[in-house]
Amino acid sequence: MSARDEILKALRAAAPQAVPLPDIGRVSAVRYPDVRERFAKSVVEVGGCCVLVEGPLEPALAAIPEYAAARKVVSLVPGVAKANVDLSSIRDPHDLRDVDFCVLPAELGVAENGACWIVDHGGANRACAFLTQHLAVVLRGDCLVHNLHEAYQRIAIPSPGFAMWLSGPSKTADIEQALVIGAHGARSCTVLVTAQAS
Amino acid sequence: MTEHAARAAEFVANDARLHWHDQAVWFVRNKRDIARSFVPEWEELRSLGSQIKAHTLSRLAEYLEEFERNARAAGAAVHWARDADEHNRIVHGILRENGVTRLVKSKSMLTEECHLNEYLEAQGVEVVDTDLGERIVQLRREPPSHIVMPAIHLKKEEIGELFHDKLGTPRGLADPKQLTEAARAHLREKFLAAQAGLTGVNFAIASTGGVVVCTNEGNADLGTALPPIHIACMGVEKLVPSPPELAVFLRLLARSATGQPITAYTSHFHGPRPCASMHIVIVDHGRSRILAREEYRNSLKCIRCAACLNTCPVYRRSGGHSYGVAVAGPIGSVLAPHVDPKKHADLPFASSLCGSCSDVCPVRIDLHHQLLAWRGELAAQGLVPLRKRVVSRVGRWVLARTWAYRFFGKLARIFARYVPNPWTRQRELPPMPRESFRAQWRKRVRAR
Repeated sequence: MSARDEILKALRAAAPQAVPLPDIGRVSAVRYPDVRERFAKSVVEVGGCCVLVEGPLEPALAAIPEYAAARKVVSLVPGVAKANVDLSSIRDPHDLRDVDFCVLPAELGVAENGACWIVDHGGANRACAFLTQHLAVVLRGDCLVHNLHEAYQRIAIPSPGFAMWLSGPSKTADIEQALVIGAHGARSCTVLVTAQAS
Repeated sequence: MTEHAARAAEFVANDARLHWHDQAVWFVRNKRDIARSFVPEWEELRSLGSQIKAHTLSRLAEYLEEFERNARAAGAAVHWARDADEHNRIVHGILRENGVTRLVKSKSMLTEECHLNEYLEAQGVEVVDTDLGERIVQLRREPPSHIVMPAIHLKKEEIGELFHDKLGTPRGLADPKQLTEAARAHLREKFLAAQAGLTGVNFAIASTGGVVVCTNEGNADLGTALPPIHIACMGVEKLVPSPPELAVFLRLLARSATGQPITAYTSHFHGPRPCASMHIVIVDHGRSRILAREEYRNSLKCIRCAACLNTCPVYRRSGGHSYGVAVAGPIGSVLAPHVDPKKHADLPFASSLCGSCSDVCPVRIDLHHQLLAWRGELAAQGLVPLRKRVVSRVGRWVLARTWAYRFFGKLARIFARYVPNPWTRQRELPPMPRESFRAQWRKRVRAR
């Protein structure tokens, strides 16, 4: 018998009586009086920055020192002035090793944990999100939910594909519990929440 | 002396360090409490998490078949391994077929359990653990002492010395920020040079065939975004039925583990990147045997958050290495005897049965009950040391006879302080009362 069949057989033989799946909808999950304010607070608590952008994006980006200083900039958001890498021409993700700044669009933000839903639609190279030294995430102000339960009702998970909750910059506390921002991935993460109309 | 006690004795020999470790781990438990306090529905979430796992375990075979079908449809190859050895051979087979000699890994307690690194290194594969804590203990050639914070037992000065030796940082460097920066540069090179990336799996989604991996550092993502091969290793128990259930576990996991509302990166992988390959290795390694045992079944609900380690007074004061297994602490002590009851017979005794582990468990595993159940079972199998057996026998005999209980109680009040007792090694024995409780009570009743 194959390993697969043997394992499945053993699990069937061992299985307890059927237990029903609980109704997750019954959970009265936490909601906030001001979802945008809570989201902004959460982003800061997870080590990021949150900026509410009323007008155009570029001045808000330019106000980020790391963006201003960046030489190699990748953007998956159209119209970013400093973007100078054509991702469609990149065949090997290793070529993105020296990216200084990356601008990514997010489809949804979660107030309870500051997480942004970022989808790799396959057109771009997802390595840029992790190799970049600094990151900005652009999120529409009306794409905010209170908690993860609501979030999973709203998102579509790409398959085949890749998507993630990104909550602040890369971090570690593996040396004596001291929080250090910038372990392997982005050293900073700015979430730009744009006006709803844009 | 049993193994855990002997190893713990070494750990507690350094009193200052013992207290430092105790406080460092307790600090994390506190952060968990704070995070929990911001979620009013916390207890309900724990119940839901426990029930979802119970449901999934009750039809695990069906969910695994569904997962396999959907994972294949998304383009992943699915492999099955009965035990650690088969798992290691499958992983090595994938690497050999593709000519891989440089592998980067993110955290996977399953591969620790299977001793994959040693196996691959013996076959000539360079294996680099990329989680900072895991890299630190790997460079020291020792196992992780904690499932979430692998290097929690080390001081920054020791890590500085290690990095000076291995990574060429200046001698005496002990600043966590600078040390992390050195590791970042070192591991960037490893990521860029890797030919394959291996990750663990936090959750596998049956209805979509995808796997979810949680890290704070982003190492699982770098390790899978650069090389053309992604290998994901998972125990059979990692399944959830569908994405909405993920919300429950993701809300519980990081809060219970480190007090964060969610990990920095929570990545959903469905199939490989374009022009790359993805392999999922599904491992039993004793899990079907645990599922068959009603009294221990709940331990398969574990999501490896380590809250039970952080709260455990024994873990905090004896250190992870004293357990001698990949998963230390209360959950490790109920899992390990399934693999080898003789070798790990001491672990269910490395507990005060205070029950704090069960109180913090995000999926409500009845850990202290399982520890107690193991004690009985191991004793019945004759795997408990003679001294313990004799003491229990005598205790039972005495407690069953009123006259003997009174007589020995009297003896104890007089002579207890003169009897050598391991309990008093680090504590003072309280002064013995002159009269038994029974006598004191009788006096009180009479006085009324």
